[in-house]
This record gives sequence, structure tokens and C-alpha cells, in this order.
Amino acid sequence: MYRYIWLVPLLPLAGAAINGIFGRWFRFSEKLIGGIAVGTVALSFLISLTAVYSYGFGGEARWPNPYVTTQTAFNWIPAGAVKQTLGEGDTSRAIAVNGQPASSVTGPASLLNIQWSCQLDPLSSIFMLIVTGVGLCIFVFATGYMHGETGFYRFFAYMGLFMFSMLVLVMGSNFVMMFVGWEGVGLCSYLLIGYYFNKQEAANASRKAFITNRVGDFGFMLAIFGVIATFGSAQYTNVVSQAAGYPVETLGHWGLMSWIALGLMIGACGKSAQFPLHVWLPDAMAGPTPVSALIHAATMVTAGLYMLTRTNVIFQHSQTMMLVVALVGAFTAIFAATIGITQNDIKKVLAYSTVSQLGFMFLACGVGAFVIGIFHVMTHAFFKALMFLGSGSVIHGMHHEQDMRKMGGLKKYMPITYMTFLGGWLAICGIIPFSGFWSKDEILWNAASTTHIPLGWLVWLIGTIAATCTAFYMTRLVAMTFWGEERFRKHEHGMEHEGHAQKKEHATSHHDAHVPHESPKSMWVPLVVLAILATIGGFVGISTAFTGGKEVGWKMNIVNWLDPIIWNKETGQFGKAEEGKFPPNATPLLGNEGPFGANTSTAEREQLLSQARPTNGEAKAHTGFNLAHAVESKVGSETATEWVFIIISLLVAGAGIGLGLLFYVKSPQLADVWAARLKPLYEASYNKYWIDEFFGWAITRRTMDLARGVFAFDSKVVDGGVNGSAWLTRLTSKITGGADKYLVDGLVNAIADFVVRLMSPIVRAAQTGLTQNYALVMVIGLLIAVAIYFVKSL
Amino acid sequence: MFTNNILSIITWLPVVGAILILGAFKKDQNALIKKFATAWLALDFVISLWLFGYDRRTGGMQFLEDHQWISAIGARYQMGADGVSVLLIILTTFLGVLAALSSWKYIQKREKEDYVLLLLLQTMVLGVFSSMDLFLFYLFFEVSLVPMYFLIVIWGGENRLYAAIKFFLYTLVGSVVMLLGVLKMYFLTQDLAITTKVSQATIGLLAGNDNALRMVNSTVQAATQSGTGSFNIVYMQAIGSVIPMGTLQVLLFFAFALGFAIKVPMWPFHTWLPDAHVEAPTAGSVILAGILLKLGTYGFYRFNLPMFPKASMDEVFFGKFGVRSIMIFLAIISIIYGALAAMYFVVKKDGDVKKLVAYSSVSSMGIVMLGLFALNPNGLNGAVMQMINHGIYSGALFLLVGIIYERRHTRKVSEFGGLSHVMPGYAAVFLAMAMTAIGLPLLAVFISEFLAMRGAFEANPVWAGWAGLGIILNAGYMLWLYQRMFFGEIENEKNKSLLDLSGREWVYMMPLVIMSLWIGIYPGPFLRYIEKPVNAAVRAIRPNYPIPGQPPPATTSAPTITTTSAPVQIKTQP
Repeated sequence: MYRYIWLVPLLPLAGAAINGIFGRWFRFSEKLIGGIAVGTVALSFLISLTAVYSYGFGGEARWPNPYVTTQTAFNWIPAGAVKQTLGEGDTSRAIAVNGQPASSVTGPASLLNIQWSCQLDPLSSIFMLIVTGVGLCIFVFATGYMHGETGFYRFFAYMGLFMFSMLVLVMGSNFVMMFVGWEGVGLCSYLLIGYYFNKQEAANASRKAFITNRVGDFGFMLAIFGVIATFGSAQYTNVVSQAAGYPVETLGHWGLMSWIALGLMIGACGKSAQFPLHVWLPDAMAGPTPVSALIHAATMVTAGLYMLTRTNVIFQHSQTMMLVVALVGAFTAIFAATIGITQNDIKKVLAYSTVSQLGFMFLACGVGAFVIGIFHVMTHAFFKALMFLGSGSVIHGMHHEQDMRKMGGLKKYMPITYMTFLGGWLAICGIIPFSGFWSKDEILWNAASTTHIPLGWLVWLIGTIAATCTAFYMTRLVAMTFWGEERFRKHEHGMEHEGHAQKKEHATSHHDAHVPHESPKSMWVPLVVLAILATIGGFVGISTAFTGGKEVGWKMNIVNWLDPIIWNKETGQFGKAEEGKFPPNATPLLGNEGPFGANTSTAEREQLLSQARPTNGEAKAHTGFNLAHAVESKVGSETATEWVFIIISLLVAGAGIGLGLLFYVKSPQLADVWAARLKPLYEASYNKYWIDEFFGWAITRRTMDLARGVFAFDSKVVDGGVNGSAWLTRLTSKITGGADKYLVDGLVNAIADFVVRLMSPIVRAAQTGLTQNYALVMVIGLLIAVAIYFVKSL
Repeated sequence: MFTNNILSIITWLPVVGAILILGAFKKDQNALIKKFATAWLALDFVISLWLFGYDRRTGGMQFLEDHQWISAIGARYQMGADGVSVLLIILTTFLGVLAALSSWKYIQKREKEDYVLLLLLQTMVLGVFSSMDLFLFYLFFEVSLVPMYFLIVIWGGENRLYAAIKFFLYTLVGSVVMLLGVLKMYFLTQDLAITTKVSQATIGLLAGNDNALRMVNSTVQAATQSGTGSFNIVYMQAIGSVIPMGTLQVLLFFAFALGFAIKVPMWPFHTWLPDAHVEAPTAGSVILAGILLKLGTYGFYRFNLPMFPKASMDEVFFGKFGVRSIMIFLAIISIIYGALAAMYFVVKKDGDVKKLVAYSSVSSMGIVMLGLFALNPNGLNGAVMQMINHGIYSGALFLLVGIIYERRHTRKVSEFGGLSHVMPGYAAVFLAMAMTAIGLPLLAVFISEFLAMRGAFEANPVWAGWAGLGIILNAGYMLWLYQRMFFGEIENEKNKSLLDLSGREWVYMMPLVIMSLWIGIYPGPFLRYIEKPVNAAVRAIRPNYPIPGQPPPATTSAPTITTTSAPVQIKTQP
């Protein structure tokens, strides 16, 4: 079945093409458009599901070896010869990865052929399922939410195009295909944010999103060039196997791998909205809510995590960049969480929450827990898509009102939305056993116990505080939206319908029309599905602390499922080193002999590796104080230590929720009191720390100034030079013309005049009119000439 | 007859059409004239498709033609095309049809002359791409200015006289300097000190295949017998490549480079371009941006690189700055400067859309130059593809601007806004082309930008970094332009009743959209046409560049004669 995976991205594209091209001409009904869109995505989901099943568990199971569809591939860009100018151009270090031959690249030069081929492996299979699965829920939801929009066909055409791009991104087998998807989702994001293009705000937001992403793409593109120049190929299997052989660049050593990782990180920051490139995501909420759920929560923004995990071997070769990733992630997590506390637009809160959660995922990758990062991507996709759709349902029910100050008490009117939303709330707060708990707890535990980078304790601390903030602002959101007094009655007329507000007698009847209502079935069914996933979805990555220190479920456990693609810096191999974890044919893959062979014991291997790569030893020494180890030395066992951290994370989640309840349910006046007390902080948070204003001033305005300056320079100096030389030429020609007229011509005329005046009597005298005279003159002249000739020859 | 003279047929057919129009049609038969001219150009396009039969395995110069011409100076009527020329010729005939179609309504006066000039222009440009004789090349190169000059002067905008004269004189200045270089090269073909160094292997590499090699050799022999020099381009390339590195090589390089750099146009020789574009009629702009600019980059590809490889490779001639460093510097400046200058026209309240596109051309052609002077297969591939792609997208954007100009008689950004509401088809095509322009993957320009920048990265990662900066700016002004023109509510009353694309407009826009998609999704066929010529060009400059499957030739690196075959000699005049 997995041979048909190339259909997975193409089906939504076909749907998009049909809707986009014919939807308008033939005036398709909403049912037809929705049917085509949902049908193609559903089919994609089914194919993905069966493909992943047969890949992992079926008779022809290939897990954990990547399956690349070279049979159906075509050579997309036959780019020609490439010289490996960076790196060593030495492929002898390349190691075999999961059954793939070490590398097909030989020698310092190679032909670069960018293949168009799909890759099915542990990582892409998870993303395929998330994208098509969560995508399907959102598509179904959108058929209800977008009902009655004039651009219904256009919306689903863009959405289909988005699915195609996103699936290309996660299924492509090389960096360039990832880039195609990368830019493609950027375009779709642009189109969908700007869906309400007559709103200036939406148009601006879409442009901002695209250009901010372009900055990230710039780094990504350079990283791709670096990869090609280093490894002579853009194919993951080639790159990954060669990269594993490079020495690890420890803190303070900035080398090739660090450069590539930096470029990739810039790209990831752009797409996954990490500080300082996060500015576009909150603005992107100007798009329709299903778009926010699909693109700006569940799928596109997690592309950065996909990239980080895909290239984890490169990142792990640069300890500096790992630290950067962890710190950027941690900073973004707390930074966005503090902004989320004060926002009043329900979607803005969710947007900042998304930025913050993405920060958590980056944090996980930075501390070396790539698998957990992806696990959080998955759980986040469930609960954040749920909450976005829930907010969409609320907005729909509230007749397009997004301000939480005008909501409240909605649980009575929208029971299903409310119940499902509660699931998402508990999940994101990290309450056991909801999905978010498992992933977030693992992230914090990995931060505390990391041996990849120093400052793990700081990252843990920031993460823990951010988790508290998360629980707080999410409780605030739920409280302001679903609980408390029904503020919509108060605000309705004052704000939106000022004209009506004057006619008090009509007010009551008008109210009834605007009472919030539960959304139609097409909208609440996806909510229920997602709520179930958000509740139980975390069990695929159940913490070892709950299972007696063992990772249960083998392939069904996401940690084990993904492990083979993660490079292990201790062994230099992919996947964990412990014996018996994988089927015997999966690891080691280099036969029985050699340093990585099966006959070499772990200790010997360790020794060989430490000789081969002395930097590894340093890497360990540099990580400094380790919080988990410190705690472990107090409490004894590792499991006990993990329990300590589990309890801490549950406590902080509880504290966040408790504070939220105190501020927004028990004594609502407290919120205003504290806002007044901490006015500077409140203002800073409310205004998003003025980052947008700063960028607007420092970058946008300055670029515009530069454009003005360049044009002024162009017209004044460069073109001025051209026109100046033309002017100079004209001037010269005038002068020479004048000189010609007055000087040269004058002189000629003067001489002529002189000659005429002087000679005229003589000449006149000669003009006798007698032929004889003329003949005489001629003869005399001839004689003189002859005479001169004779004189000369003498 | 047909296959042996295919290049001549393609080149001269438009002139025949022009003569037919002049002779057979009366001045008031406008409807008939435009249909005839368009059909005639379409016929030329169809015939030019024959060139896709170019043998990609063999490579080199094909479709050769060789006739006696001006024997007194050894100039011959020689035609030939390699993969790059083939693509450019087909692009020319392709855009020619679209340009004619777009003139149907735009041109309202003296229509007969307009189509005659368009046809003449086609011949001149096609001649440039198919010449294998430098004298012939130069003739076409120069004469192509004349029809363009008249197109601007007669059908141009308000300031047309200034723009036309500027265009004419500016490019003429460059060509005159180039003429000096051409003459010097001609005399060098008679210089025994140089000609004896030329090896048969070098000529073989440059000619690319046996037929072409045979033709070059017979040309050289004929020249030797008649005691003249030779203008054969391949031979001149071989001559140039053995000129020792020094003042002569560098001066010759710059003599040619100036002529081409003005045509490209590279910063700081670009200021004629925005003026010419703004004043030119739509068809003129399309041909100007789509094809005439390519004359410059084609010149660099055909002459500067293989003819002066030592100068091209030189990175340290004037102390720190070498020739290559200068060219790359100018290319990068063009990319960023062009983008910023283009941005000015959206920053400015009432910027001219056409000027924006013109400046974006400067930026785009900078990418071509960057790719060319990366001097590696990726870079050259990217550069050649960018020539084609720029022809497609800038041609399309000028056509789109022309469409809105026909309706509103203004090109000011501030006059528009919310056009998506009334012209959804137009908005969609414009979006496709804007996205092509900013290099979105799966659209044409991505392929070329990716390759050119990758080539530049291979040469020096910093160059690619600077070029990438320009690409961010490109996205900035294009999207902003799109937003200002198409998003928001319609505020200008005049825009409320605008008509969407007509059938004829769809007919000439759709091929461009399809081509953009085709090259973006499946560029393989095109890249295969230029693979051999590009590799040969790289080898001509860097004999030891590793190309898998093609071991470096043993001899071309040394300028002395080490091959077994006898050196080609030309008797110098007494």
C-alpha cells in the first residue's frame, strides 16, 4: 500500500485544482465543493493510514528503514555538476543509516539531481497522519464555518493547495522538496490570511507573514546550498549518513555544521514563529478560523520542528546551535506566554499560546529530546486545533465577535463546544491524563536531565514558569468565554450596532436574534473527534515513570517509533544504543565487524569512538550543572527523580489554574487591581513588548527609506551622470558648433574677404573675356610648371 | 533545403512578412494587417519549434550554415545555434506572437508601420542568436536598435523622444567600444604569435561537435588562402582563450563587456531601461525586456566567458579587485539596488507600475550575471534558465500592465485598489506572475534562481548571501504592489466597471502561465538542451573543473600545442 504514498499529496491538489478552476465557472454548489475538498483529504488520510500501517506493522513492514519512492520519482532539477567546496568531500566516513547504503555520492564532484520523490520513514509517517488526520477534521469543520461565504470555492482551493504543500514538505525525500513545501505553505498561508482581502488588516497581515517567512527562507536556502556544497547531495539519506561522520563541534567551536544548523534554524524560526521572527503569527489570525487551526496551530507552524528533527544529526553536531535552539525556544515560550495573559481577542490569546507552545517544542529539540518535541507537536496539534475550532465555533455562535470581554457564560448556549473546549484546556494546562501533560512533562524532564547542552536547569526553570503562565492564561480564556456573566447582552448594541442602540424598544427583540447558538453538526463533530484525541492522544508517549522505568508498547510508543532517525551522539549511530530494543536486523547495520559492528561491545565502541572523536569527551565535560543529576543524588533512583519532576509540573499547572480561577472566577475585580498595580508590566505585555512597532520602525521604515534613497541616488547621481554626459556632449557640440560658425567659418570668410578685396582688381583685370588671353595664361602656367620640374630634377 | 537552412528561414521569415505587408496591404486594412502579422509570427514560431530537434547528446553548434559573404575581410554568412541559442530563439518567436497579439488594441495609429517594425525587430534579434560570425552578429546586434527606436518614438508615451534617443545613444556607445574589441580580435586572427598557440582540441571543445569543428576549420583555411582574418565566433573564442593574461586580455574583456553590460543592463549602466520601458508601447516593452536584454547576457555567455577565460576567471587583477570580482560586485549591486529602486514605486504614493517592473528586471538580470560569473555548471545553468524565465515573467508583467493601461490609461499604483473584485481572472494571472517573479517553487524563476544562487554559493557563499537579500526585497515590493492593486475595497469610481480579461487577452496570457508552470515543475527538458553547451563553456574557462563522466581534457589547460593534430595557422597579410 505504501507504494501509493505519492497520491497522498496529489489528491488534495487535484481537489484544489477542480475547485479552483471549475468551481467558479460552473458555479459549483457548496455541497459539491465541500464534498470534493473533504473527499480528497479523506482519501489522502486513508492512504496515509494504510501506508503507515503497512510500513510499520504490515507483512512488508520496513520500519525503521526509510522507504523512498524512487520508482515513481522523476528527476526534477538535473542541475549538473557540483563541486563539493565545503567539508572534506570525503564520503568514506559516511555510515549506513537504517538499511540505506552509506552514500551514493562519490568523490569531490558529483552530478546534482534534485529528485521528486516521497520518503516514508518514522518521522514523515507521523506528520502525514497529523496533517491529513487533523486536516480532515478541520476541512469538515470549515464546510460548516464557511457556509454562505462568496469565496467558498476559493477557500477550499487554497486549503487543498495548502494540504498539497504541507504534505510535500513532510514527505519529500530531500531538502529542496522540503523547501518547495516550505514556500508553498507560505504562499497558501498568504492567500488564506488574506482571504478577506477587502479588509486592509488581513491584507497587511498576509504580506507580513509572507515577508517574515522569506527572511527565514533566506537562511534555509543558504543552508541547503551549504548542505549541497558539503555533501554533494540534497537527498536526506545521503546527507544524514555523511553528516554522522563529521566531528562534533563543541561549545566555542564554530564550524561547518554550525553554519548549516544556523541557516536551518533561521528558517525554522521564520516558519515556526520563534523570537524574533514570531511577529507574523498573531497577525495571521486575521484569516478565517479554520485556517488558524490548520495552518497556524496544527501543521504549518510545526514545519520548523519537522526540519529540526529531520536534520537532528546536523544540529547535534553543533553544541552551540543546540544551546541556541534551546534558549530561543525557552525564551519564546515565556515571552509569548506573558503576552497571552493580557490579550482580549480570543484568537490572539490562542495565537500567542501557539507561539509559546512552539517554544516548548524548540526547547525540547535544543535539549536533545527531538522525539519529545515531535510528540508535543502531535499532542499540540490535537488540543490546539481543538481549541481553535472551538473558538471558531464560539465566534460563529457569537456572530463574528472575537473580543472575550463581550462573551462570558457561553457554556449554557454552546454545551458541546464548551465540553470539548474543556478537554483542550486541561490538555494544554498539563493535567494528567490529558495529552498535553505527557508531552510537556517529558519536555521539562528532558530539559532538567539534558546532557546535550549546559544550562539545562535554566531552560527547565524558564519552561516551568512558562507552563504556569500557560495554565493561567488558558484558565482566563475559558473563564472569560464560557463562565461568568453574559456580557454579550451588554456590549452587543453599544459596539457593533450603534444605529440600533438608539431605538431601545427594538433592543429586546434584536437581542434574541443575536443570542449565541450552538454550531451545526458539521462543526461540532470534528470538535468531538479532536477532543477525544486531545484527551487520550498522549498515551502513545506514556512516561517511563508510569511504567516502571520501561518504555512500553515498542513500536506503538512514539518514542521508540521515532528513535531510529535520531542520531545518538554517544554511539555515533542512529537510534538508541541499548540492546534488545530493536529487531536484530535493524541495528547495527554495518555488519558484524568494525567499530560499529555487532561483535564490538558497547564499551569497546565507546573507547573507539572517544579515540576517533576526542571532542565528544569534551562535549560531556562542558554541560556543567545538571539539575536532574543533582536531584537524583538526593532521592536515589532515576525513576524517583522523574516522579519529583512530574509532581512539580503538576503542581505548577495546578497553581496556574488556581490563580486563573481566583482572578477570573472567584474575585474578578482582582484582575483589574493587579493590572493597575503592575501597570508598566501590564502595558508592556498588552502591547506585545512593542516588538512590532520596533520592527516596523527599524526594518520596514528603514527599508523604505533605503528604497527612497536608492531611487534618489539613481535619478540624481547615476542617471544624472548619464544626462550630464549628454549635456556635456551637447555643450561641446554647441561650443564646437559656435567655434565652427564664428571661428573657423569666420576665419575662412575673413580670408576670403581679404583675398577678394585684395585680388579683385587684379583678377578683374584678368577677366578680359578674350580667349587668347586665357590661352596665354595657360601656356605661361604650363611653362612655369615645366620649369619647376626641371629645376627640381637638377 | 528546409533542414539545411532552418536558421536562415526562421531569421528572415519575419522580414519577408514585413515586405509582404508593405507591398500587399493598403494602409487602411488594419484588421487584416494585424491578423496577418500575428499569423506570420505564429508561423515563424511553429517553424522555430523545429529547433527542438537539437541533438542534446552531441551538443555544440548545430543547424550550421556557411556561405560566402564579404570575402575581402573574411566575413562569412555563418549560422549555427547551440542549446542556449535554441532556447532563446524559441523564446523570441514565442514572445513575438504574444507581442503582436497584445498590440491589436493598444496600437491605434499607423498600425501598418507598427507591425512592419515588429517583424523587422524579430529578424534582427533572431539573427543575433543564430549568428556564428561575429561580423554578422554585430550587424544584427546594431541594427536591432533601429526598429526598437522607432517603436518607442512613434508609439511611445509623452517623453518618448528623450527615452528613445537615450536608449539608442546609450546602447550605441557600448557597441562602438565593443566594435574596437571586435576589430582587435579580427586582427588577432591574423597574428601568427597568437594563432599558432590555438590547439585543435580547444576549437573542438568550443565547437562542440565534429560538424561544427569541420566548419570552423574550413573557414580558417579559406581565410588563410585568401589572406584575410576570420570573424568565425568559435575560432575567435579559441583565439581569445590563448591570449596571455594581461592588459590586452583585460582590455578586450572590458571592450566587449561594456557593450553587453549596457544592454543587460548592469548597474550603473541601467538608467536607459526604466525610461525606455515607461515610454515604449506594451509590445515594445515585452520585446525589450523579454528579448533585447538577453542580447547582453547572451553576449556575455557567448563572448566574454569563452573568449576571455583568463580575464573572466581573474579575481586579482587590480590588486585586490579582479575582473571577476568587479563583475560579481556589479551583479550583486544590480540585484539589491534594482530591488530597492523597484520598491520605491510602491513606497511612493503614485508610483508607476511599469517602472517597478523595469527596475525588477535590473534585479533579475543581476541574477543572470551572478550565475554567469559563478563560472560553474550550476551557475551557468541558472543564468541561462533565468534568461528564459525573465523573458516569460517580465513579458507577462508588461502585458498585464498593458492590459490595465488600455482600460484605464494610467499606470499609477494609487489609481488602483480592490481590482480583485472586478477582475478576478486578471488578478489570478497577475498573482501567478508575481509569484513567478519572486521565485516561488514550482514556478519557473525558482529553478533559475536556485541554480544561479547555488552556483554562486559554490564560488563564494557570501555572494549567494547577498543575492538572497535581494530576493527577500523582491518578495517585499511584489506583494506590496499586489496588495495595493488588488486587495481592499474599490475606492476609485473608474475601476468599478472594469472588464475582466477578454478572450484575446486570455489567449496571450495563458501560454505564459503554462510555460511558467512547466519550467517550474519539469525543467528537465530545458536543462538538458543547455547541459552540453554549458559544460563546454565551463570547461573552456576552467579546464579542470570536475564534471562526472567527462574527464578533463589533457591539453586545453596549456596554451601550447601539444595535440597530435596540426595547429591551425593563418597566413598574415604581407
